[in-house]
Amino acid sequence: MTKPHPWMANSGGDAKQQMLAAVGAQDVEALFVQVPADHRMQRPLDLPPQLASEVALSRHLDDLMAKNETCADNLSFLGAGAWPHYVPAICDEVVGRYEWQTSVFGAPTSDHGRNQAWFEFTSQIGALVEMDFVGLPVYSWGCAIGHSVRMASRITGRKRVLIPAIMDPERLSVLENYCAPTEMERHIEIVTVAIGADGCIDRDDLRAKADDSIAAIYFETPSYHGVIEGNPAELCQIARDAGAEAIVGVDPLSLGLLEAPGAYGATIAVGPTQPLGVHMYAGGGVGGFIASPDEEKYAREYNTLNVSISQTRQQGEFGFGLTLFHQSSYGMRDEGKDWTGNSVYLWSLANAAYMAAMGPEGFAEIGRLIMARAGSAAQAINALDGASVDLSRPIFKEFVVQFADHDVATINDALRQRGIFGGKDITGEAGITGAAALFCVTETHTPDDIDRLVTALKEVLA
Amino acid sequence: MTAPIKDYLKRSTGFHAARWAEPVVCEMTGTGRRGIVFDDAPAPTLPGTAMRKVAPALPEITEHDALRHYLHLSQMTMGMMGVSLFGTCTMKYNPRIGERAALEHLRNLHPLQDASTLQGVLELYDNFSDFLCEVSGMDQFVFQAGGGADAAYTHACVTRAYHASRGELQQRDQIITTIQTHPCSPATANTAGFEVITLTLEENGYPSLEQLKSVVGPRTAALMVNNPDDMGIYNPDIKEWVRIVHEAGGLCFYDHANFNGVMSRLRARELGFDACMYMLHKTFGAPKGGGGPAVGAYGCAEHLVPFLPSPLVVKDGDSYRLDDDRPDSIGRVREFWGNAPQVLKAYAWARAMGAEGLREAADISVLSNNYMDKRLGEVRGVTRSNPDITVPRMEMTRHSVEKVTQDTGITIFEISIRMTDFGIDALWLSHEPWLVAEPFTPEAGELWSKEDIDYWIDVFEHVVTEAYENPEIVRTAPHNAPIHQLTTALDEPDQWATTWRAYQRKHVS
Repeated sequence: MTKPHPWMANSGGDAKQQMLAAVGAQDVEALFVQVPADHRMQRPLDLPPQLASEVALSRHLDDLMAKNETCADNLSFLGAGAWPHYVPAICDEVVGRYEWQTSVFGAPTSDHGRNQAWFEFTSQIGALVEMDFVGLPVYSWGCAIGHSVRMASRITGRKRVLIPAIMDPERLSVLENYCAPTEMERHIEIVTVAIGADGCIDRDDLRAKADDSIAAIYFETPSYHGVIEGNPAELCQIARDAGAEAIVGVDPLSLGLLEAPGAYGATIAVGPTQPLGVHMYAGGGVGGFIASPDEEKYAREYNTLNVSISQTRQQGEFGFGLTLFHQSSYGMRDEGKDWTGNSVYLWSLANAAYMAAMGPEGFAEIGRLIMARAGSAAQAINALDGASVDLSRPIFKEFVVQFADHDVATINDALRQRGIFGGKDITGEAGITGAAALFCVTETHTPDDIDRLVTALKEVLA
Repeated sequence: MTAPIKDYLKRSTGFHAARWAEPVVCEMTGTGRRGIVFDDAPAPTLPGTAMRKVAPALPEITEHDALRHYLHLSQMTMGMMGVSLFGTCTMKYNPRIGERAALEHLRNLHPLQDASTLQGVLELYDNFSDFLCEVSGMDQFVFQAGGGADAAYTHACVTRAYHASRGELQQRDQIITTIQTHPCSPATANTAGFEVITLTLEENGYPSLEQLKSVVGPRTAALMVNNPDDMGIYNPDIKEWVRIVHEAGGLCFYDHANFNGVMSRLRARELGFDACMYMLHKTFGAPKGGGGPAVGAYGCAEHLVPFLPSPLVVKDGDSYRLDDDRPDSIGRVREFWGNAPQVLKAYAWARAMGAEGLREAADISVLSNNYMDKRLGEVRGVTRSNPDITVPRMEMTRHSVEKVTQDTGITIFEISIRMTDFGIDALWLSHEPWLVAEPFTPEAGELWSKEDIDYWIDVFEHVVTEAYENPEIVRTAPHNAPIHQLTTALDEPDQWATTWRAYQRKHVS
């Protein structure tokens, strides 16, 4: 080291000498005697040059990242698991705080503020989905589906789950990993249920498959294709009649408008947390939640860490501590519920601040705005020659555009030349015939943005 | 607390955490106030019974109230604002340059953008994979796993795919680990469908070769271990372990959770391992965030690359693309391709350190821990795990206050809480099961100054003295915290409440 390093206090001054003297060692090497010589690397690491100077490092990062083009420089209609929602400035300030960025477990007393914020995350998710038990977040929506299906399997003792035949391939792939390959004894079989022409679950197919072998029915509203399920209670009833869990995936931003899953008979609700005040971050903003009734049969199957409100020794004071810790993998290793570990807890603080600032009226307002903007975009695109949208489907935020004469890659290339990122290419995916893209329109898209898209599409399709 | 003043304890005990009388945000309802507003839009026509009937019971507060509330809560979080030598977590500085760069450059990227528009972040992934390959000797790294445990899970999934590709998955249904390996290895192996065999420790502080040989066989799918362990003991037989498991046809996974002390001295691949994992939110300086977002960087040798999660960043000439067309891949363990902001922050940290910085950090970590060992050994009633092993430990050591507890009734948990009264966040004690009674496991790392470390030990010693002379002050701690000790029996079903709704139902109405 040529200079003391700004991130290592003892690389400067005589601290190392003092410590060596205290331990009675000639040099640091003497402290590594446990590592046999033939285990050791025989040469120095060959790495790019050190950039200890912050100005040099900053320039390097800027230069590297300048090679990206962003959804701020361009007009983007990509969603499908990472959505362009507005992130209030306070959310960035909240998650930027060094105190909880640097916190680890701590104690309920010393890290009180973070624990309270966690409880406010779970409480506000609980208010949105109308369920009483909510765990701390998991890695993603797909992971939440995976864990909840495994919960359902343990609760019912059954090894089969019904899912919609049309599901986001990202989430589906995650779920498949959670259900293990068929060669394995504890494999959970995934069975798909047909989707009708209306974009909703085919009731007849569901009833035919919902027998006493199924652990759960999983469905989403809005669906992967953005379709709002008109009678989710009916689907939940079919699950419960089969003695299965009714697991529903919801977009939390829709819940100012759409009925809460807890109100129509869902027994487990899951969903994404990124829409609640977290940037897309190239997919690094994703997170997931799991909620259920506060009944032991559910609570005792959570793999998550769970934080509970508590009284303290001071009359009238609240504290917040872990509950049901022992059932986690920290408590029981391989006998615990799946596994737990670091997740996306910092994002849950952005989520908490977002939900608190939004309030009930904010959720209703954003829901109406998203539906209006997405609806007008769908109508305008459907009016173009060579593009069509099934306007009979009630949609929230996302919708499928079918293209008659062009493939999506060609269209998206042409749009990109006009500074527009078109919808996700879903050609060849389940339930799709011909060329199709999934477009996402949110509160961040203005009427002018939609006009610009439509104008560009018209040129491209001509 | 920043470079604590000399003889702090003799001069002042004036630390007190912020104590805002902050309501639970859910109490602030029914005010008619707004924190964020949007343009009006007409109420849509919704099908069937899709319309929500009762508005969600959320707070009604102004933007300023929301900000103040959460900043108050942040101020009532100690984190690393004092001194935190939280063992097994390698507390490091989380450089703000990484934070700023991630926010500026990555927030508006969508993971499904055309690869031509993602060249910067894909180059970052490729560069950092190369960096970690040099550090580990592996051939490819991926960053999809959302934490260290998720990387262990990735390994369990890769293990399934590898043996399935050879038609041996049904036969190979066991994963071997040790009791001192982090719980995430046995837990993810079990979740992935394997039977878990856990080896116990023997007198050297690790399981013997004979014990390993007694369980290895045709059913062995993989070995998942860490080394050194949380006691700071390095298993010198590890190369032989790997050889034995390989000979039986199993894979070997190195959980490099405790990498800090051996950076630049050990490479997992050179020890024979097929795969390894680094925690970027730990060893590589990205923030922990109280529990993520995190990254378990999973690296493997060439023979496992086909099974890695997709998409894989691939370099074609001068440009990069995401390859999702990989028939042997395990697919996704999580949507998309990882916590890019954390990858950027870790890359920034690693570049700022360079090869010489990594060596210096490892040296300081091990030196500081041995310095702590020396001083803690002089504190009344403190003993070290495996006292017969007298060689210097690695970057952390497990100690015990069993004698203090026997003498005074004061437990390590109470000592830990009392230390927070002096600005030291609660200690890491031990993973379950507690093989050492009344354990604690400090880890100094390379960040903290000798003064910080001395202060930590001074406080520890002071609290142990209190345990002997004035146990009541320890037992009733904390005294200077935002709140007082919790009293609700949180594991009782009629008492726990993980939401405000549940609290109101159980405790108010």
